[in-house]
Amino acid sequence: MFIFVVSFLMYLLLVWSGGGIPLIEVLIALILASVTMAAFRSWHKGRKISMRGLDPKRWFGFIYYLFGPFAVGLAKANIDVAVRVITGNIRPGIIKVDPGLTSDLAKTMLADSITLTPGTLTVDVDEEGAFYIHWIYVEDENPSEEQVYGSFGHWARRLAE
Amino acid sequence: MTFLIVGILILVGLFFNTLGAFSLYRFPDVYTRLHGATKCTTFGTLFTMFAVVAYSLSKLIEKGEARFGVFIIHGAVATLVLLITNATGAHAIARAAHRSGIFPARAVVDRLEEKEEAKGGVSR
Amino acid sequence: MTIQIFLFAAAIVALLAIAALGRLVAGPTIPDRAVALDTMNTYVVGLMMLLAAAYDSVVMVDVAIVYAALSFVGTMFIARYIEGEV
Repeated sequence: MFIFVVSFLMYLLLVWSGGGIPLIEVLIALILASVTMAAFRSWHKGRKISMRGLDPKRWFGFIYYLFGPFAVGLAKANIDVAVRVITGNIRPGIIKVDPGLTSDLAKTMLADSITLTPGTLTVDVDEEGAFYIHWIYVEDENPSEEQVYGSFGHWARRLAE
Repeated sequence: MTFLIVGILILVGLFFNTLGAFSLYRFPDVYTRLHGATKCTTFGTLFTMFAVVAYSLSKLIEKGEARFGVFIIHGAVATLVLLITNATGAHAIARAAHRSGIFPARAVVDRLEEKEEAKGGVSR
Repeated sequence: MTIQIFLFAAAIVALLAIAALGRLVAGPTIPDRAVALDTMNTYVVGLMMLLAAAYDSVVMVDVAIVYAALSFVGTMFIARYIEGEV
């Protein structure tokens, strides 16, 4: 249901060009959204139709996350990398962290957040859900979650599990 | 006023974009290059888009044509697409590089390689 | 006057894309080339946005959205190829 609503709204958003939206466009949006949902369903057999993705609390939480902690992390990351590009002060290595996430959406969200924030880049995620992270300046060879990505693990658990 | 805001946003964007291109030559191996290239170019392009959005916003207020509103919405969608695809693409390249047997240069620790060796997979 | 800033920035970003081309040609390994290509794609999306603002055409922004999505597919295919699964 989440996929259906998102593709429907996205189509209408892109087709809007000032003024109103003609009825035919709404019909096309409905058809395209149905096709997208059917295609997704044929790849992921056994998914049930659920309304969990449409919970407004999660949506507002996600928007807050995007403009709050994530934006701050992104800005800090870029200043950090900018300094390292200029000075060339690096100490790279690949470390292992186990955040204990189970759902695919939460893993994707955390991996993307890690990639865009201070000095870290997700290299691999194994079957047990452990993250292998390339760290540009290794402070500790067996770090805790907090040291590597701060509060992002908490946010991913809260918004996407 | 518009000129000043757009100019500052464009300058910040160009600064980070330049660092992104510079980091391709500055760093020793593919992982560190990915750091520089992904983060700096995403951030730089984000700021160029902010400049474009600020410009359209000022035009929207000045002339009141809905065309500029469309411009803002499409720019925001492009930014969102870029933010998601860049991070995922960087992750895919890093994983592919490690699986094809390229190990980080000057690494102090490499847990993934240790794990693969324990399974009897690729070794240096 | 503001339009000149956009054209200036577009010229600089185009030069940066050409600079990234050097790594695409020289890169010692295939992942290095993939990184350079990814960087160039991001620059081209930014360039399209700047030119759209300078020439005042919304269509170019739509092209930028499609280009970003397609370049992602291209990067994914290159990554799969490097892993040896294609």
